[in-house]
Amino acid sequence: MLQTKELTYSYDGKNTLVFPDIDCGKGEHWLLLGQSGSGKTTLLHLLGGLLSPATGSIIVAGDNIATKRAAALDRFRGRHIGIIFQKSHFVRALTLEENLVLAQQLAGAPIDRGRVEELLGHLNLSHKLREKPDNLSMGEQQRAAIARALLNRPDVILADEPTSALDDVNCQEVIDLLEREATATGATLLVVTHDGRLKARFPRQVLLTHYQSSL
Amino acid sequence: MNLLQLSWKNILHKPTSTLLSLVLFALGVGLVSLLMLVNRQLEEKFEKNLAGIDMVIGAKGSPLQLILSSMYHIDAPTGNVAIADVKAFLNPKHPVIGMAVPLSLGDNYRSYRIVGTTFDFFDLYKAQLAQGRRWEAVFEVVIGAAVADALALKTGDTFHSSHGFVVDENLEHTDASAFKVVGILQPTGAVVDQLILTSPQSIWGVHEHGEQSHEHEAFDLSKPLTDYEGESITSVLIQFKARNAMTLNMPRNINENTNMQAATPAWEINRLYAILGDSALALQVLALIIIAVSGLSVFLSLYASLRDRRYELALMRVMGASRGKLFALILLEGFLLAAVGCVIGLALSHAGMGVFARALESSYRYSFTGALFLKEEIWLVLAALGVGLLAAFIPAVQARNTDISQTLAEG
Repeated sequence: MLQTKELTYSYDGKNTLVFPDIDCGKGEHWLLLGQSGSGKTTLLHLLGGLLSPATGSIIVAGDNIATKRAAALDRFRGRHIGIIFQKSHFVRALTLEENLVLAQQLAGAPIDRGRVEELLGHLNLSHKLREKPDNLSMGEQQRAAIARALLNRPDVILADEPTSALDDVNCQEVIDLLEREATATGATLLVVTHDGRLKARFPRQVLLTHYQSSL
Repeated sequence: MNLLQLSWKNILHKPTSTLLSLVLFALGVGLVSLLMLVNRQLEEKFEKNLAGIDMVIGAKGSPLQLILSSMYHIDAPTGNVAIADVKAFLNPKHPVIGMAVPLSLGDNYRSYRIVGTTFDFFDLYKAQLAQGRRWEAVFEVVIGAAVADALALKTGDTFHSSHGFVVDENLEHTDASAFKVVGILQPTGAVVDQLILTSPQSIWGVHEHGEQSHEHEAFDLSKPLTDYEGESITSVLIQFKARNAMTLNMPRNINENTNMQAATPAWEINRLYAILGDSALALQVLALIIIAVSGLSVFLSLYASLRDRRYELALMRVMGASRGKLFALILLEGFLLAAVGCVIGLALSHAGMGVFARALESSYRYSFTGALFLKEEIWLVLAALGVGLLAAFIPAVQARNTDISQTLAEG
């Protein structure tokens, strides 16, 4: 479902990051571990199609996104990949419900308010439907971001440090939710983190060491 | 939710900078539109009342004042001229003069001016009777449509005139015979709508009743005006048969060789335009500067908002929006600000013109309206929308070029 081969990324044309091959099967939950500066976020952005690799292939749901061009990639990302960032961001002028509807629309999916309400119900956010994102607490915002990532039933969910800003209780809760909802939609989950608290939960792990090399 | 709704909500999300842009846009557009409306209607009034008049003869004084008082009925007359002096011009057999219309001014009824003249005046302004007839005797009057409307006068009604052009009970000619309305004119859109017309003999009759015991016998409509050499009138409106060297020189001849003056309406009106034109131009430049500043305000507010919104713009890309969509989103925000500003500005200028029209009407007896939309206003709107789009262009390009990976990695 999520597969990379001989993936490298060059951020200034001289220094190149070389990444280990990844192969995550459908519905599997993986943890990508690495210290700060090991290129975790870069790898996640490559997998999410936010960056283009120097060489190598990234196969998501059978398609090589490394060769996709601009608008097609934007569309593919919206439909097939859900991304959760360390700090969640929203369109601040819109309510939570409008933000989720927008996510459906931008992905080119049909508007399904029932799905929005169902998902927010799962995440205990039904009462925040008409709130602006700025009025949500950190924990609520992170849950809302999870809801948005899951909304279009993506094949792959990428989570970048989803718990590093949370305390133990919230960390536990958020990761529970993430795993539960990913399982519910049958999505492949890849959590990128340096948060040691998660190590015990994910038997499938990739360790990212300092793979940087100079040409 | 479409892009339009999204940009609308984004605009409403920052009410202060939106308000500033809207106020500036509305001010600029409204001012330009108001100037257009006033200018157009003034020009129309002036053109319509030119009525093919080539020359006006009256007492010496300011030529512009003579034109304004005799043709537009807005200033005081320059004085009177004796019938004996203008007799030659009133001769129907004059070789170059096609039509000469005498005017006797100086009285009013409830601030509507009374004009003593001949039936040629009707032809000059193409005025048709809506009801009644023309005057057949002294002290009979025909009134313009606006006068009939405003004062609720009907044929058969009578009234006493007042001296001068302002309403003053002390100046009312109470001891003179009353005027009697015998006809009402159809609306023409020209100044004649605002006038009360009668024979010069009626005006003389009002003013000389003290000296002569039987004024009705003294003035007889069957005799030509030129028989009353001892009387005087205010001015003569003249149409030439054709323009030639003789008619071209006639005003100068009159001005140099008589104690009267001759004024050419076209010149005087052009002089007036030149005087008004400078101040109108200054206002217009000011209004255009305001529109430019409103464009700058849109630019600055969008530009500043991009900093605050870089995450959500990147996020929209992550959710599947293309670069083009972000470009269109920001462009639409500028466009919407300009469009709403335009609508407010036009509404203000037309409502303002409506209020202004009432004031003008009561002081100048000219009808203006705010319910008039000009073709030029379409250009104004297009220009303002163009300014909005232009102001949004650079921010839109910036939004389009957002580096999503870098932006999201920052926060």
